Amino acid sequence: MIIPAWMLILRKIIRISRVNKISSIADFISLRYGNHRFLGALVTVVCVLGILPYIALQLKAISETFHLVSATNPSKIILNDTTTYVAIALALFASYYGTRYVDASEKRKGIITAVAVESFLKLLFFLLVGVYVTYFVFDGFSDITSQASKLPDFAVKNQFGSLEAGINWFLLCILSMFAIFLLPRQFHSAIVENNREQHLKTAIWLFPLYLLLFNLFVYPIAWGGKVLFADANVDADFYSLLIPQQMGQTTLTVLVFLGGFSAAISMIVVSSISLATMLGNNLLIPYGFLGKFTSTNSEVNTNKIVKIRKFSIFSLIVLAYLVYRYFVLDYSLVSIGLIAFVVIAQLGPAFFGALYWKRGSHRGAIYGILVGFAICFYTLLLPYAMGIYGAEVQNPMGIVWLHPMQLFGLDYLQPIPHALFWSMLGNVFTYGIVSVSFKGDYRERNYAEMFVDIDKHITHHENAYVWKGTAYKSDIEKVLLRFLGEERTKRALKLFHLKYQVPENAEMADARFIKFAENLLTGPIGTASAKILISSVVKEEQISLKEVLHILEESKENILLNKKLRETSEELQQLSEQLKKANAELLEKDAQKDEFLNTVTHELRTPITAIRATSEILKEDEEVPDFLRKQFLENIISESDRLNRLIDKILDLEKWQTKKQQLHLTENDWQKTLQKAWEPLQQLMEKNHITWEMQLPEVLKVQLYDEERMIQVINNLISNAIKFASPDKGLIRLMVTQNDYATTIQLYNNGLPIPEADINQIFDKFYQSSNQNFKKPIGSGLGLAISKKIVEEHQGTLHAENLTVGVQFTAIIPF
Amino acid sequence: MQKILIVDDEPNILLTLEYTFKKAGYEVFIARDGNEALEILQNHVPSLVILDIMMPKVDGFEVLEYIKREANLVQTKVLFLSAKNKEQDIQKGLEAGADAYLTKPFSIKKLTEQVEMLLQ
Repeated sequence: MIIPAWMLILRKIIRISRVNKISSIADFISLRYGNHRFLGALVTVVCVLGILPYIALQLKAISETFHLVSATNPSKIILNDTTTYVAIALALFASYYGTRYVDASEKRKGIITAVAVESFLKLLFFLLVGVYVTYFVFDGFSDITSQASKLPDFAVKNQFGSLEAGINWFLLCILSMFAIFLLPRQFHSAIVENNREQHLKTAIWLFPLYLLLFNLFVYPIAWGGKVLFADANVDADFYSLLIPQQMGQTTLTVLVFLGGFSAAISMIVVSSISLATMLGNNLLIPYGFLGKFTSTNSEVNTNKIVKIRKFSIFSLIVLAYLVYRYFVLDYSLVSIGLIAFVVIAQLGPAFFGALYWKRGSHRGAIYGILVGFAICFYTLLLPYAMGIYGAEVQNPMGIVWLHPMQLFGLDYLQPIPHALFWSMLGNVFTYGIVSVSFKGDYRERNYAEMFVDIDKHITHHENAYVWKGTAYKSDIEKVLLRFLGEERTKRALKLFHLKYQVPENAEMADARFIKFAENLLTGPIGTASAKILISSVVKEEQISLKEVLHILEESKENILLNKKLRETSEELQQLSEQLKKANAELLEKDAQKDEFLNTVTHELRTPITAIRATSEILKEDEEVPDFLRKQFLENIISESDRLNRLIDKILDLEKWQTKKQQLHLTENDWQKTLQKAWEPLQQLMEKNHITWEMQLPEVLKVQLYDEERMIQVINNLISNAIKFASPDKGLIRLMVTQNDYATTIQLYNNGLPIPEADINQIFDKFYQSSNQNFKKPIGSGLGLAISKKIVEEHQGTLHAENLTVGVQFTAIIPF
Repeated sequence: MQKILIVDDEPNILLTLEYTFKKAGYEVFIARDGNEALEILQNHVPSLVILDIMMPKVDGFEVLEYIKREANLVQTKVLFLSAKNKEQDIQKGLEAGADAYLTKPFSIKKLTEQVEMLLQ
């Protein structure tokens, strides 16, 4: 479970480090909290304090195993001790080899390859010993278990035993997890030397596998050693070396020794290089040597940097050796390692807060680390130091709950988990409370944004840097020249101009350029010094925290706004397609409407024409004979009626359309209704020589419907049939049938078929067929539309179909 | 006596026209649609045809085309009398070869003046 989470966190750290050219954990933490010089120095000091004993520990391992293998005793006099010379040789090697690159964020493939080979050899030799112990010295796992179970303390050591032991174990697990991230050596190899993020995917299975393989034989070796050396007082750390030696396997012993030896050397070299980088970039250069880099020649300056770093590496290893000689001589390998871990763990809250908590401030980080370290010093370092000189740890001033190893009466934790628990508690609380209670400054708020939301700023992270002020590019370029040399400076600037499309001849530098320049300098001299150097040649204006938050908020809003805009434009596109469709429909409807209006106006104008002409004659001509005068007057009346009917129809349809028309349902006899419908048209049919047929069942049930409207429907259908029936031998047939559910009325005429393209449109209110015989006296284009509406209001259906000969309309009216 | 053929599918309009031109001294023929008009034109050569456009079966344009094609009807004038009153309708009617175009509703007085002018 820890591993996937570890990968996620690691990926974030790698991204942040890559964009900001971070080369150490001190850079990482101090940059996040506003590129704070003192914080970086503090982190460096904590690291040195934690790691020095650790390097000492490796020296001790080398020395002790060497004496074990060679069966000699360590000399009390420094000059006679072989370890002294090993240490000096190592110091020289590391200080030469580790400073070949000035830019600390550069990757050193050589070292990493060496470490990889060393790790592999270590694993191989350890597995060899494991197999040897398990299958050659003993008879497999079960043999070791059965022999070991006879030992008196077997049961106790093989289980957790109690809740207290469980908590102890849990705290130790947390400690190791912190160590994975925070040890400068780990930070260096996992993050600074990371070439590609894809490598993390390999690491996700390879790393646990490596640990698993390593642990496979820990159990048999440990218990095998206990069985073999039950009586002798032998340090368990050396079982893997002692067992083969005891059995006379010289080759194997030497191999194991070499494995351990190379492991120790690699740890010393990598640790001291990363520590020296921090020491130089975060402590020595920003606090002392920065003023010395005055030369305009970049080579002179880089030489100085290299010298500082060489000196750091060398003195660190020598210092570690002294620590080994005077302090850690008597403690076991594991316990010293864990003490170092607890010290380094003090960086944890500030470090993880840097990744996920924007409010974390440099004050909180500094006080948190100080408080944590103080507690750690009191509960762990002090008692250990006293232990070295044989002093008894007592209750200070006789107060029981101040006992360094049982603080506040917490007595069931072992010293290391105990110290970890209290120091972490104090550290986290201080960090949290101080961060929340004091206002942070704008720079650290800016970096908080860039760290926590790294994925948002990864491609153009210089954009996320908030800076206001006046700066001349030429001034900054001069600083760059001093450390990078002419060639590198030119190349870097070219890249910058390409990336941000900035004209090369721009005189003033903007925020992006400042950040870019700082990044360039961070590699050789560290973040703190880079900031100091750059700010010495530019004039920055103070920005209030509020303003920074505002700017950051704005860029966030822009991102949101962009997203919204994209969504909106997609919606608009959909909408415009819908609109296009609707528009096409409207255009069609519009064309139909134009046609309808033409028809309607023609229909309206015809009676008016007749009325107008007739009345003009009556007015002007007094000689019109009486019978004709009477005829004219009658015509005026009938044409007026016609006009009125037409207007009624238009209004009628409008009422149906707008749902203002309502049905008056009464019980009715179909026989009578049909009679009323066709009789008025009898004359017209005769006049057009149309044969009228009617087929009705003998009995028709009464039905609930609006009789007046139903007459209108049938009348319309018959009128329609008259218009379309064959002009020579016209035939119209009305047929009515009934079942339990509905009355079906069918009206057939023997005219031309309805064009297939039109068959779905004939009930549209503006439709008028082009092939009708004649339009008078009705033919408004409204009849069928109104009829369909009325039938539908009765819950029925009305449709038309072309038969082999003729056309049939069918209306179904349900009961 | 000059002959006039009046073609319209509206009986009441037909009646007013028939009365008017008979009284004015013309020999008047009437047709209720295009078909009837063509029948009459086969036997008579009128000086003028007053022609409705929107008629079932055979419309006014078809009757006009027939008149333009028949050699013995070269002298026959055509007057469209239609409810189609848009500018492009009138244009279309005149381009098809009509001598005059009057829109419905019409004034009897104007129509007779127009007819007299055409027949001078």
